[in-house]
Formats: sequence, C-alpha cells, structure tokens
Amino acid sequence: MKALEPGVEVDGFLVGQMMHKGGMALIYETRYADGRDAPFPMVMKVPRMTAGDGAETIVSFEVEHQMMQALDGPHVPYLVAAGDLSVLPYLVMEYVPGRTLDHWLDQTLQGTPVPALELARLGAAVANAAHDMHQQNAVHLDLKPANVIIRDAAAGTPDDAPLHAVLLDFGLSFHAHYPDLLAEELREAVGSPAYMSPEQVVGVRGDPRSDVFAIGVMLYELATGELPFGAPSSKGGLRQRLWMDPRPPRALRPDLPEWLQEVILRCLEPVAAERYPSAAHLAFDLTQPEQVQVTERGRRLKGTGFRTHFKRWLRAAGAQYQPSPLPTRVIDEVPILMVAVPHHDVTDATLYSLREAVRRSLGIRPGARLAVITVVAPGAASSTDASRSETAQHRQMLTMLKTWAQGLPQERHQISYHVMEDSDPSEAILRYARANHVSMIVMGAATHGLQMQRFVATVPIKVAMDAPCTVILVKQSTPFEQLGGAA
Amino acid sequence: MRLALLSDIHANRQALDACLAHAQAAGAERLAFLGDLVGYGGDPAYVVQRVMELAAQGALVVKGNHDVYAIEAMGEGKTLGQAGVLWTQQQLSVEQRRFLAELPLTLHQPPLLLVHASAAAPDRWHYVETPQLAALSLDAACEPPIGGPDVHYVFGGHVHRQTLYYRGGTGKLMPFTPTPGVPIPVPRHRRWLATVGSVGQPRDGRGDAMYALFDDAAQQLTFHRVPYDAAAAAQAIRATPMPPFFADRLELGR
Repeated sequence: MKALEPGVEVDGFLVGQMMHKGGMALIYETRYADGRDAPFPMVMKVPRMTAGDGAETIVSFEVEHQMMQALDGPHVPYLVAAGDLSVLPYLVMEYVPGRTLDHWLDQTLQGTPVPALELARLGAAVANAAHDMHQQNAVHLDLKPANVIIRDAAAGTPDDAPLHAVLLDFGLSFHAHYPDLLAEELREAVGSPAYMSPEQVVGVRGDPRSDVFAIGVMLYELATGELPFGAPSSKGGLRQRLWMDPRPPRALRPDLPEWLQEVILRCLEPVAAERYPSAAHLAFDLTQPEQVQVTERGRRLKGTGFRTHFKRWLRAAGAQYQPSPLPTRVIDEVPILMVAVPHHDVTDATLYSLREAVRRSLGIRPGARLAVITVVAPGAASSTDASRSETAQHRQMLTMLKTWAQGLPQERHQISYHVMEDSDPSEAILRYARANHVSMIVMGAATHGLQMQRFVATVPIKVAMDAPCTVILVKQSTPFEQLGGAA
Repeated sequence: MRLALLSDIHANRQALDACLAHAQAAGAERLAFLGDLVGYGGDPAYVVQRVMELAAQGALVVKGNHDVYAIEAMGEGKTLGQAGVLWTQQQLSVEQRRFLAELPLTLHQPPLLLVHASAAAPDRWHYVETPQLAALSLDAACEPPIGGPDVHYVFGGHVHRQTLYYRGGTGKLMPFTPTPGVPIPVPRHRRWLATVGSVGQPRDGRGDAMYALFDDAAQQLTFHRVPYDAAAAAQAIRATPMPPFFADRLELGR
C-alpha cells in the first residue's frame, strides 16, 4: 500500500509525520482527530504491502494484532486500536520513549565497546521483559536489537538503577492460547536468520528458551560487534547453529570478563536444555555476576575443535520438529527458590527443619536454583573493632550460610549465597524476591512470637502477606537423637 | 450477535440447564443446537421439550444421529446407544418425535454452516477428528448444495471434543486445542471449522459440560467448560432400565 499523507484521518485518528520506515511497516505519529488527549503519545503502525507481497506480511500483522490484544504489562506497548484487515490494516499503540538496542550496538561498532557491566544491565532488562512475556504463555521469537526499546529513565533515577526494556514487533510471536497462524505442515523456519535459535530453524515454535538464545546473540553482538553465527541466507547456513559453537567472545574482545562469556555462551548452547532454563535464571546471573560459576565455557579463548563439531553435526543431521509444551509449564518446572536463614536467636532445631524443608522442595524440582540469603542490620558492623568490621561480618555470614547449606544436593542445583544489609528484614526479603522472579520463599515460622502476631506483624507474617509468590513457613520439628543432643 | 453453540446434549438435563445458564450470563443472544439432543441420558422428554420451546423463540437446531435413532424403527442403530434407544423412544411424545423427525441435517446461515457431523455427506455421520476430515467437511460446506462460498465458519459436534481447525501457512488445515474461557480471534477473512464438544456427555476425563460461544461482531470464538451436577444426571440414568455404564461414564467423564 502507499504511504499515508500527514493530515489524513483514519477511523478517528489523525495521521502525523512518518517517524520510521521499516522493512515490514511504516510508523507514523498519530493523535485523536477530535482533539481528545491520549494518556500517552501514540503511533500508528501500517504494514508495507504492495501487490507483489505474499500473504506472509499480512499474516504476521494479524499475529501481531492477536499478541498485542492478549499481552499486557509494562514490557509491551499498550494497544489502542486496530484497523480492519480487509479495509486498511493498522495498529495504533503507545509510543515508548527510549532507544532501541541498536543505539548501543552502534557504540560498539564505532570502536567504543559497551562496558561489561552495562551489557549485563541491558541483558538483564531484556531477560526480565522476555520472562514477563513467557509468564503470559507467549514467546517472542524475533528478539533483535531493533525490537527492544530501553525506556528513557524518569528524571532523578540513579545511574545504576535497573533498566526497563519494552519489546516490539510481535509479528512472529507464539501464544499458547491461540492458533499458531504461522505454523505449517511442512515446518519452515520463520524469524530473523541472525538471531534465530536452532530449534526455530527446524520449525519448533513456542519454547521460551528460543528467546534466551536470541538474547545471547544480542549480547554477543553488543559485546564484540560481530554476529556469532553470521546472517546466513541459506538453509544449510542456518542449520550450522544446530551443532556449531561460535568463536568465544573473549577471543574477539579480550577485556570481556570470563563470567560474561560464560553467560553469553550458555545462552548460545545449540541444545535448548543446556541453556538457561528460563529467562529469569539468565536475569539472575546478569544482575549478580559474582555468583556466576565460571567453567571452561567462560575461560576458553579458542573455538570448539573439529572432532566435537563433527560428532554434533552427525547428531544434528537428524534434528527435526518436536512439539514443545506450554511456555508457562516449561518455566514453572525450573523455579528460583529462596531461603531466608536467620543468623541469631536461632536454635539448631530451627536450622535443621529449614534445611529439610529446602531439601524436600529441591528434590521435586530438578532444574530449580536456590538463593540462600540472610539479612543483617546496618548497625551491626563496627568500624573500630576489626573482628566486627563490615567485610569480616560479611565473610562470617557467608561462611555460616555455606555451612548451613552443606548436605543440600549441591551437584544438581545451582546454589548462591547473599548477605543483605537492611534494618527491615521482611522488606529486604520481599525486594529480593520481586527483583529475581523468585517462585517460592522458604523461611522459619518464628512461632515463639505467635501470641504477639495478632498485634505486631512479625517478619514471616509480613513476608507471607506481601510476597509475590508462594511462601513456606517452616515450623521446627527435630528428631533430637539425630542432633546428638545439640538441642 | 453472540451465538451459543450447544451439541450432543444426550438427554442430560442438568448439563443442559447449566450450559444455558452459563450462556445467558455470558451474554448469548441466540442459541444453536447442533444435534444429538437425546440418547444415553435419563431425561430425553425434558431436553426435547426445552429445545422445542427455545426453537419456537428462534433457536437454530440441526439433527444428529441419536435423534434419528429415537424416531426410527429398531435395528438401525449400531452403537452402545442402542440399549437405551427403545426406552428413549417410549419417553417421547408424538409431538416431540415429530419435532425431531422434521429437523434439518444442516443449516446454511451465512457466514455460518451448522451440521452435526461432517458437511461432506451429513447423513453418514462421519466423525470430524483429523485435519483431513475437517478439510473435507469445510470444502463441502463452501459449495452448493450444502452451503456456499459465503460460509466462513462451520460449527458441529459429534466427536465430543473441543477443537478448532484453521488454515496454516501452506493452506492445509491445522488442529488447535483451545484453552477454556479464552476468546480466540476468528477473523472472517479466513475459514474456520470448530467441533464445540459435548454438553451432556464429556469423554475427555474431565467431567465438565462443554459448549462454545461465537461473537459475530468481535469475530471471536470462546470454548467453555461448565461444571454441573453429574451425580444427579447419573442418578436419573440409574432410575431407568438403561445400562448403569451410562451413569458411571458421566461421573468419570469417559
């Protein structure tokens, strides 16, 4: 279709200047024709279609409309109106002020590589946005720098505050509640070749870990200025990623920390099961670099050898379509658990009960990761007494947590330890749970204060009331003989 | 206009009442019954009477295979339903049997085509249970004498499962299993075929009654599952000479 002229009125919207001319669509400023104020600036997206265009453009437009109607939350632009496909297809939506990831990519390409910690903040923002979508039973499937906007921060936001990402372009997305209009009998790859996951290459749509892969490609590109698998145009070129490891990013950019390479290469594992099991797990590592367990993957400076690649190539030759389960089911199976361990006024029996409860919770969730935390009061450290200095106290607490966690099944679960400083322990616990998409909090029930709880909200009660997730309050129950009389 | 699509009631009074109440609360302005009003269940006279009254007020009704069994001489039926056919026949009045006899096999109401089983040979009661069979039904519905090119939605029952068939990228039909209660956009520039499930005889292990609600203006189709008093429906069957298995399966949803 032809471009719209500024000043034209469409279904009660006044079309303004063209803001962006994309490959698939044109974006115009727009406002209500009757002069009414909108709660936010609006844009009109009109698909570019000419007589030669196939049905694909219009189908992906239909899919995008379907997705934007279904999705909500802070990581998706608000949909205002949609035009009839058979008359004039358009979408009017919220204009999100900010910059796409292309802005940071340009920085790297122009010779000032984005610093590692900023890369991590950007990656965490995208992972949080993707996780929010996955929790709504949808998968984006076309994440790339141009489709992610980092929203401009409000004035007065601290420089190190978490970034907020808004996702765009849902034309290739998948939602488990709707017929997949892009699915085909003979499954063909749909997506952007440079960012497409191996499973998308063989026609799998609906696995949230495909988005984890795309985030890995973006981080690789933002870090090094190069695409890990190039931008192949042939089917054979696309299939390479079914077996190939990319060159380690540190080979291209030696100053990149090992932990960040570890994270990026884990996202880019050819087999989905070897990647981060959910975008929340990825965000967890990107926001807590000190907790990343660096393996050979993070340290390597040379690419994978021919023999390994050849073996994988043989295996990948048979790879084909397999249906994937619901996105929410996939991410529900790999929750992030959190246990709050008290550090004073606590009996061995309570600590024992807490550990048993955590062991049971982990036992039925093989992919779960565990965050072990404790909260100390800010005033507890002493600047004069060396044994009570902040770092010494921090170290003591970490040792205490690690000792406590001995006996938990460490080999099958990733366990991390955190000492937080806050005068309000319940607030600290809640904040951590919200920021890290924690699915379950395990903590002591503190029954000694029960009589008082009618009048004063104790820590467990406050956490249970305000938590964004399930809370397990553990009462002490100890087989005393096993403790050797310690209680 | 919102149209409630109810199929395979199978003489289940409790399930019918529950679905009608649900549809009314959901804003249904018109009703369509897609066949098999009777058979298996313990309240055939009540169900036929209720549907007759609703038909007099404008409800659309097509004929199902069990409605034929209930009016024909014995020896035709070849399903388990046969055991209850004679009893069902005895319950119905002359007027009710005439109502069933006069039902059409299909209704062509553009953009809709209503049919109990497959629009390809509606009187043969083929099960629409694969994309290939759905394609045959959809193709037949879009041509005379059954329907025409103005048909965009084919709604039916018979298979007791809720499935929506749509055309994927290559033009082949694809099956989709809906999530109950979620409105699915079904834009008119495509063609759709849905089996709406069974009101009175769910067989997917989940005992709730099934029906669907089509919103013409919004071009949305919502599949619903409605809880109902299955124990009372089973009790009604146990009070008849029909096999107790008919009662058991209601409670199990099998």
